Amino acid sequence: MAGSTNLRRFPGFLAVTIACLFVLYAPLIVVAVYSFNASTSITNWGGVSLTWYLDVFTGPEAPKFQQAALNSLIIAVCASVIATIVATLAAVAMTRAGGFRGKTLSFALINLPLMVPEVVTAVASLVFFSAIGFTTGLTTILIAHTVFCIPFAYLPISARMQSIPDMYEQAAMDLYATPREAFKLVLLPLMTPGILSGFLLAFIISLDDFLITNFVKGAGIETLPTAIFGSVKQGIKPNIMAISTLMLVVSVVFVSLSWLVGRMGQEKT
Amino acid sequence: MAAGAPVGAGGTSHIYQGSGWKLLAPSWIIIGIFLLAPVVMMAVYSFLTKEFRGGVIWEFSLDAYDQFFFDRGLFGDEPPTLEWTYIGIFWRSIWQAGLATITCLLIGFPTAWFIATRNPESRSIWLFLVTIPYWVNLLIRTVSMKFLIRDTGPLNEFLLALHVIEEPLGLINTNFAVQLGLFYSYLPFMVLPIYAAVERYDFSLSEAAADLYAGTWTILWLVILPVVRPGIIAGCILVFVPSLGAFLAPDLLGGAKTFMIGSLIEEQFKGNAGNWPFGAAASMILLTIVMCVLLVYARNQNKAEVR
Repeated sequence: MAGSTNLRRFPGFLAVTIACLFVLYAPLIVVAVYSFNASTSITNWGGVSLTWYLDVFTGPEAPKFQQAALNSLIIAVCASVIATIVATLAAVAMTRAGGFRGKTLSFALINLPLMVPEVVTAVASLVFFSAIGFTTGLTTILIAHTVFCIPFAYLPISARMQSIPDMYEQAAMDLYATPREAFKLVLLPLMTPGILSGFLLAFIISLDDFLITNFVKGAGIETLPTAIFGSVKQGIKPNIMAISTLMLVVSVVFVSLSWLVGRMGQEKT
Repeated sequence: MAAGAPVGAGGTSHIYQGSGWKLLAPSWIIIGIFLLAPVVMMAVYSFLTKEFRGGVIWEFSLDAYDQFFFDRGLFGDEPPTLEWTYIGIFWRSIWQAGLATITCLLIGFPTAWFIATRNPESRSIWLFLVTIPYWVNLLIRTVSMKFLIRDTGPLNEFLLALHVIEEPLGLINTNFAVQLGLFYSYLPFMVLPIYAAVERYDFSLSEAAADLYAGTWTILWLVILPVVRPGIIAGCILVFVPSLGAFLAPDLLGGAKTFMIGSLIEEQFKGNAGNWPFGAAASMILLTIVMCVLLVYARNQNKAEVR
């Protein structure tokens, strides 16, 4: 019926959507294009070249950025693995352990990192670490990242677990599986897509963080975002654009992966 | 959102009945020690005396809050009058975050509506297109925006070359640039909840309204908006709260005139000029505002669910 399709359409909404996508993508595309600029000046166009990509890997600042990238990666992997395990256990408690005292409070606690403004978390962590005499460094960054990764890992995991009826585990336990076996052999395999997307989400969130890291990192220790921020404060240089483009590519690959994992999970059920 | 949402059709599952606390212990230990305790500590610090060069002296004092709200003259002996500097910074931040929320809503609603009314296959592609930029590092997005709109950046060069403008637009270090940055940072937070609400919208309501001779915009205003309101409110909260404490957008895109709460707090804990109790007090005031917004939201949601 023509009438019902017309009700879905409002004049100008397509134009707004296109404009919205344009604003979202224009800066990223411009930076990606300029990262191939041969000229040393960042505004004049001097032809296509890979100079700045070469500079990222071999230039004078290369060791600094490589160390920063390595730090970012180590922290993101460790923090997201720990957060995913902790979040999975919490999700089991929330969806499979019936009602118990303090359940609502625990739910609020898990989501606390999402509710406290990032800048408050950052300064509070710094003050806390210095009060208990923790030397700031990689460990403090790792701890802080694990904290705010937990709710991000928890969301997809618990959403997935809620959508799985417990009859499969009940069936396994009727056939004399222990609760531990029912968890390992039945629930966990069913949960894999949720756990994977929780892990990927936590991983990206950890790589993304600047503000909290900037406060709890020790002197001389940099992650990629803090190194880039330090460099940008002295002006945007072409090698920053090359690094940005590389990180952009990594993010897009990761999101596409997690999107595919999510679709895979949907098709299975 | 209820914590113990039903599992399958049979309500809450009881398979691991009794082990709830054991399973939650790691979460409590990690978040409890490394976030809850630090925030409580900040609350305590905001009532202590400041030590020069950063740090606190363990002596109770209301100086931090006093300094925030009142001006007692250069030597602190004049009768207190309201001090507008810091209230002004908070007010400006609330205003900026509110404006960013409205911008995101005005752009985000049509976008979400457009996406949700595509066929299911292209829907997921459009949604994917909108969310990709969100996954790109926030710092890189903000730096890209700065690069694009600088006075000597590609946008101005382009418009100058076309003779659309005679001199650079001077966008950087303005409120507009901060708005652009906030919009760019948090737009998907607006689109996603509205999209979810529109996707569940029952179009027979629109048809009924049209049968009763309602025009296109009347239907939008009187039928659609009230129905998808929970999605809109969720989107507004998700944009407003992080915008309020935003640091990167005001720091990189704004100037001294766009100083926001995030920078005010940051300043107190960086370097030697800091005043820890004052920074802690400002943090507590920010936290209180955010918690109030979230509480009002949660109460509204509960009321909606009961209805």
